[in-house]
Amino acid sequence: MTHKPIEILEARRDQVVCKSDGAEIVCGKHSASGSVSQRACVFCGSRVVLYPIADALHVVHGPIGCAAYTWDIRGAQSSGPQLHRNSFSTDLQERDVIFGGEKKLGAALRELIAACHPKAAFVYSTCITGIIGDDVDAVCKTVGAETGIPVIPVESPGFSGTKKDGYRAACEALYKLVGTGDIAGISRHSINLLGEFNIAGETWMMKDYFRRIGVEVVACITGDGRVDEIRRCHGAKLNLVQCSGSMQHLAKKLEQDYAIPFQRVSFFGIEDTAAALYAAAGVFGDAELDRRARELVAAELTRIQPELRRFRKILRGKKAAIYVGGAFKAFSLVRALRALGMRTVLVGSQTGNPDDYRQLKELCDPGTIIVDDSNPLELAKFCLELDVDLFIGGVKERPIAYKLGIGFCDHNHERKEALAGFEGMVNFAREVHASVMSPVWNFVPRRTRRAERSWREAA
Amino acid sequence: MIAESDLISDAIPERPDFSHCTSASRNACKLCTPLGACLAYRGVRGAIPFLHGSQGCATYIRRYVISHFREPMDIAASNFSEDTAVFGGEKNLLAGLRNVARQYRPELIGLATTCLSETIGEDMPALIHSAREAIADLPALVHVSTASYRGSHIDGFHDAVAALVDQLTGPAIAHGGLNLLPGMLSAADLRHLRELAENFGFDATILPDYSDTLDGVPWADYEALPEGGTAVEAIRAMGGARATLELGDSLRARPRTAGKILRDRFNVPLHVKTLPVGIGATDIFLDALAELSGRPIPPALIAERGRLIDSMVDAHKVVFGRRAVIYGEADLVIGLTSFLCEIGIQPVLCASGGRSRTFESDLRAAIPELPADTLIRNEADFVDIAAEARATVPDLLVGNSKGYGLARELGVPLIRTGFPIHDRIGGQRVLHIGYRGAQQLFDSVANALLARKQEHSTVGYSYL
Repeated sequence: MTHKPIEILEARRDQVVCKSDGAEIVCGKHSASGSVSQRACVFCGSRVVLYPIADALHVVHGPIGCAAYTWDIRGAQSSGPQLHRNSFSTDLQERDVIFGGEKKLGAALRELIAACHPKAAFVYSTCITGIIGDDVDAVCKTVGAETGIPVIPVESPGFSGTKKDGYRAACEALYKLVGTGDIAGISRHSINLLGEFNIAGETWMMKDYFRRIGVEVVACITGDGRVDEIRRCHGAKLNLVQCSGSMQHLAKKLEQDYAIPFQRVSFFGIEDTAAALYAAAGVFGDAELDRRARELVAAELTRIQPELRRFRKILRGKKAAIYVGGAFKAFSLVRALRALGMRTVLVGSQTGNPDDYRQLKELCDPGTIIVDDSNPLELAKFCLELDVDLFIGGVKERPIAYKLGIGFCDHNHERKEALAGFEGMVNFAREVHASVMSPVWNFVPRRTRRAERSWREAA
Repeated sequence: MIAESDLISDAIPERPDFSHCTSASRNACKLCTPLGACLAYRGVRGAIPFLHGSQGCATYIRRYVISHFREPMDIAASNFSEDTAVFGGEKNLLAGLRNVARQYRPELIGLATTCLSETIGEDMPALIHSAREAIADLPALVHVSTASYRGSHIDGFHDAVAALVDQLTGPAIAHGGLNLLPGMLSAADLRHLRELAENFGFDATILPDYSDTLDGVPWADYEALPEGGTAVEAIRAMGGARATLELGDSLRARPRTAGKILRDRFNVPLHVKTLPVGIGATDIFLDALAELSGRPIPPALIAERGRLIDSMVDAHKVVFGRRAVIYGEADLVIGLTSFLCEIGIQPVLCASGGRSRTFESDLRAAIPELPADTLIRNEADFVDIAAEARATVPDLLVGNSKGYGLARELGVPLIRTGFPIHDRIGGQRVLHIGYRGAQQLFDSVANALLARKQEHSTVGYSYL
């Protein structure tokens, strides 16, 4: 089937490669001006990491947009306080831009802290707070001293880098809490979960696995997050880093300052979940933990395999496109789709690094297209050319898929379905199945045209 | 009485009372100005919105709009970096315009500034001038100033419409057409508006018109820019129209609107009307169309009106005396409140998130029968709305999906109207205007109240 040509911008040619070519992908670049990047900004990176901390106050110092667009849109759940689901902003006005917003910020913090008694407050700077010369650090310090809680500035002006720099700013902010809590009573079989955000309750599922194995989770950063847990996370013996893009910086700091080793893991898909559990159990050199981990994996697999097998039969040979924020998640998705008998023909991320892309290339089948920091036009072009049956991405990718009549699975932070762990794999399979096999695709032009053609050819 | 939990001073209250925290915006009932501008630009044929500033603004706005319309919404940005913020955005703007022109082949690039480019003081007219000099095949370019510390999304919307007219409309050649400036309505509203105008023989220039661009059909090929929207040529010719109908009471007091520019520059007679939501406002709107066209109101519309009234008679007891909280953009709140008053619902709180000095007087002028004790709140956020709502004990909320948390807390139905509707399918197809829109609203309100009564009944009758 021929399609209208879509040009790849000159400035982006080296950010798109085919697995069969020898070319190295170029990544980590600032997005080309005028390309409709699917990336967000530094603020977004910080906000997304810190958001799930449910007993902290989150205040955005800036005009209203940054706070309004991040109000209660994510599926990060809390088992207790729900402070994080509010959206607080200093809502800077023109007079604040001229005369400065420090007073307003101070007043807002004092009033909000008095109203909700948070365990800490995070103050996000935005594009204009630095430009208008507000000394956010000083305000935080003063209010912190007055209220007796940590008031932590998050250095996140939108333009000051990429989303990755926002992750780093969030890690720096978190690190101000680390080491301030009492670590007495922490088990010698203990871990932190980093980069796990409790989307649809996934942290609780992971914590249950670790409980069954006999490993204590000191802190999940930041899923169902609590300030006091973060304060004592330096007492854990191992860090498991799931969303490595966002949390590797914190993991490295904990390794450097507290000699806590870290491992990159993923809880998406059977293989990766099992590998993560084995890694955590194995590190303590206790055969009993290993045994329990193996038992757990075996029991869970026995429970879910029949249903997965049923889906695999139906989905075998279907083609998928993946475009997600972090490359590490893409690895898991390629494997998870493979477990369902599906083939990934297009894969990319907003923020992958050269190492990520090398691994991705190794993992993928020949001919797979790999893209860095892509945009709607490119993604659409490849989806059509490769004739995919499924697109996995976030909300911004959804209409690309739907407009073209392609099944879509939301694998971003806004989703409300648990896709991690063994149970999550079944949910994932169900969702992929519902996305790929729906009869509605019989009516979309992509399919009706093909049907018409084959009918004509037959006649 | 003091609850025990209040005595433990360091515990986080289950439902903290933020109503006294007036220095902060708490769960805003408004969005930023560039969002409104992007939405307006999306209603022009072959147009791509382009934000001069950080990339995040474009991405956030895209996601917000996509989640309501469930359609692609591409917004380009000049993607400022730290250098750009220090040395100015000319290089980025030029490179961005070149890239967008090449990849999207737009008929129009709708530029809007952000807080960042405004704060560093970008001289947009000068930048646009140098872009025109430097880029040979640049399409039409319109620019609007949308610093989000000045106003809210509805201001960005109206300012972008004004900018389109101001910067595109050329010498007037009289063509007898009608300019229809609808304000921020749903895709279904815009389609119905066109149909209503056609009923009177008008091929109206509706600006903006995103009824197709944000509520379109599936594609065989990916379209860089979707079909539909107001043609740039049609905008250029708006100065030659017979009249302009501008919808929304708040526009009267707004110093600069598209309708006023057309009136002042090209002597196009301007008629500002209440959004045609409900019977009275629709009557006024149709009368205006009838007068301008010299044609009578078609029988089909009269029948539609009749059916609406007939249904209101059937269900008057269901809705009478029920108390409603209405929130959203000022002009939509006025329209919705006017309709609710017509069916005997008591508006206990009318709240607008934006700043409009005339909100209260506009409300009272448009709805003389509005009870004196109806609370009217300008620049309200959802903490304000919740505090007032708890005190007024409403039976229903009418507004966008951001009020769902409050509706859930109060245990009352939320009638979803306006923008955004992020928790239901079909936000773009909610019809507010005309008799048909009133019929849909009426059925939604009456059925929501019936359902609630049924669900709360110990008997569970299936015959009501």
